[in-house]
Amino acid sequence: MRALRSSAVAALAAATAVTAVAGCAAKNDGKGGGKGAVKVTATDSSCELSTKEFPAGHVQFSVENKGSKVTEVYVYAPGDRIVTERENIGPGTNAEITAEIKAGSYEIACKPGMKGKGIRQKVTVSGKGTAAKRDPKLDAAVAAYREYVQEQADQTLPKAQKFADAVKAGDLEAAKKAYALSRIGWERTEPVAESFGDIDPKVDVRADGLTGGQKWTGWHKLEKSLWEEKKISGDDKKLADQLITDLKDWQKRVGKAEITPTSMANGAKELLDEVATGKVTGEEERYSHTDLVDFQGNVEGAEKAYQLLKPVVAKHEPALAKELDKQFAAIRALLDDHRDDKSTDGFVSYDTVGKGDRKKLSDGVNALAEPLSKLAAAVATAK
Amino acid sequence: MTQHEDGMADKTDEATDAAAGAPADGQAAGGRAPSRRSLLGWGGAGLALGAVAAGGTAAALRAGNDVQPAGADATAGAAVAFHGPHQAGIATAVQDRLHFAAFDVTTDDRDELIALLKEWTKAAARMTAGDAVGDGAVGGLAEAPPDDTGEALGLPPSRLTLTFGIGPTLFEKDGKDRFGIKDRRPAALIDLPQFPGDNLDKSRSGGDLCVQACADDPQVAVHAIRNLARIGFGKIAIRWSQLGFGKTSSTTPDAQTPRNMMGFKDGTRNIAGTDTAALDKHVWVGDGDEKGKAGWMAGGSYLVARRIRMHIETWDRTSLKEQEDIFGRDKGEGAPVGRKNERDEPHLKSMLPTAHVRLAHPESNGGIRILRRGYSFTDGTDGLGRLDAGLFFLAYQRDVRHGFVPLQQKLSQNDALNEYIQHVGSAVFAVPPGVRKAGDWWGRGLFA
Repeated sequence: MRALRSSAVAALAAATAVTAVAGCAAKNDGKGGGKGAVKVTATDSSCELSTKEFPAGHVQFSVENKGSKVTEVYVYAPGDRIVTERENIGPGTNAEITAEIKAGSYEIACKPGMKGKGIRQKVTVSGKGTAAKRDPKLDAAVAAYREYVQEQADQTLPKAQKFADAVKAGDLEAAKKAYALSRIGWERTEPVAESFGDIDPKVDVRADGLTGGQKWTGWHKLEKSLWEEKKISGDDKKLADQLITDLKDWQKRVGKAEITPTSMANGAKELLDEVATGKVTGEEERYSHTDLVDFQGNVEGAEKAYQLLKPVVAKHEPALAKELDKQFAAIRALLDDHRDDKSTDGFVSYDTVGKGDRKKLSDGVNALAEPLSKLAAAVATAK
Repeated sequence: MTQHEDGMADKTDEATDAAAGAPADGQAAGGRAPSRRSLLGWGGAGLALGAVAAGGTAAALRAGNDVQPAGADATAGAAVAFHGPHQAGIATAVQDRLHFAAFDVTTDDRDELIALLKEWTKAAARMTAGDAVGDGAVGGLAEAPPDDTGEALGLPPSRLTLTFGIGPTLFEKDGKDRFGIKDRRPAALIDLPQFPGDNLDKSRSGGDLCVQACADDPQVAVHAIRNLARIGFGKIAIRWSQLGFGKTSSTTPDAQTPRNMMGFKDGTRNIAGTDTAALDKHVWVGDGDEKGKAGWMAGGSYLVARRIRMHIETWDRTSLKEQEDIFGRDKGEGAPVGRKNERDEPHLKSMLPTAHVRLAHPESNGGIRILRRGYSFTDGTDGLGRLDAGLFFLAYQRDVRHGFVPLQQKLSQNDALNEYIQHVGSAVFAVPPGVRKAGDWWGRGLFA
């Protein structure tokens, strides 16, 4: 689940940028706003670009907000799939956004006041540029990963259906047993689903992640009914149907998600972020305590992305690959300590995992996530 | 990540040293990344004014290479020399703030541990000089997280010292000699005995390694521990850490003696950082102290860390007379019982037999002295509405067996103060001698 993370992080970044910019203006000017960058001039009523055609590869956008409202800038692939975004760009301030963009048609949106569909500009990214020089192994990795995310969605649907059927039948115990298993495929590929923006808040939001006026739907609402309230209401039965509808939407769209080698690597890191902030703490599955199932799903999804990128990483940064191999093995071994053959989902309930063991898991996550945070740069600089 | 041991870095080093007239090993490596000091310069008048207010000597900051010897009372804001025969942060004039961290070593691979210690040393040299770690906090690859976490950008070195120690469990843990160094364990690095009244929390005690970060700016101290922890993930994990907000002892007798959380002056008779004779006698490990394979500790010291919780609320309800009797000094001036001034020679017999000062005085302990460097802490409240506050006691000595142990054995049995305090965390570390120059590293002698 994504909660309020992205906006909070962006706000923090904006705050720290003030000091950083003062110190390093000279340095960034030379690198950023110079040639090659696409200038985006945002006002309260316009979104001007210095060019509407640029080559594929690592594209830098230099945003200047000349308006009176806080704005945000999105780069959308067809179907409003978010390629990159930057929130909280204050009036009179600048921001640099970089993204790896493939050839194709895109839309840049400025959103004064940070709401609505924004002021859109169509842009064309041509096939020349650095993307063309990309290692064919990376293209193979992206293709294989695309298959993987589709496969995860395809395998999730019958499991989710089983869960929904149990809820609709009012069978509390059967629903509890089917709950965690129905989430594994989602947990493995969550960053891809989140790139659509609208599905995650419907299926995976927690009570504390709801924004004003948002109706609580999805897995965690049902989790609360099953474990906390210990009864299934009529509304819950409708939510079970809604969950299936939303997941089918995910299944239909996930194969077309914008995936690049860098986004795969960042996605792997984000999966570990999910573990570090949601699972190790026991916040994600606060009623069912099935956090370890999600934990394993996140780790498996991250490892899949890494394994696909590994041929390239091992060639360019063998030390990083060696460390990642070691730490993935270590975290799997740590998870194995908490298996329970008698449990339907294979793990002990997380509320039985003591403080000392939680610290071990947390240390293991740090040990893996730190080198994993270097994967994106390793992939981006590989030619 | 950190590749600054190249010719370029060395050249920069020589140039800055020459300019400042500093000794060749008196300055840490300068690198490509903008230093915190140079950022100050770029910031212009606004930041420079801030520096005047904070440090009192803008000139020293702009000079940039104003590295001061570890023993002297370095100007606030300046850099303390990282290299030298002893580690900085012991005899160094006590800074205002502390972040102390104890680490578990999670790898069993000796080479990996050595590589980490080298990398840590490099980062420590940079940070104490006011420079960012590795390639810095900004200006690097857009796709990569920056090497440095960035919260110390624009801040002066703030007299940051990083002092490294090695706990007994690095030599042997659960009967295992993980790194092939068991036979190098100094005899003086004992496991501390259980003292009467100890109520130790295991998760706040012990540690295979420690780093004491002291600085005049808490953000600089926290930045240092945070970045060292980050460099070490996968090889080490933080076991516990403690923030201290106010020094309780000074190693500068001319300055006003700080007060502890009980409101009393603490450390009046502490060993001065400039008293080399006392340091050699009581603090630094001598050449012949350890025989054979443990000889690597010469020039080092032993550190005892104790988290001492104070029962603040009951102490505050104690009459002034009783408070003064318990300490053996008056609360205002800090004068010993029956005397007028703080530094008057105490007359121990006129104090209660259980008075803290009387029991702890060298005269009552066959001349034993330790160098105290503790900090007050307040970690919020404890859930029962009581302040979780007290003294994070740090003491350096030549030999724990003739320092903290006999002192605490006496205090824990007799001290009237015990009614108001409880030791809740404990650790002991061997603090190796100083890092001599660039290329040397923390613990080299142990692994040589």
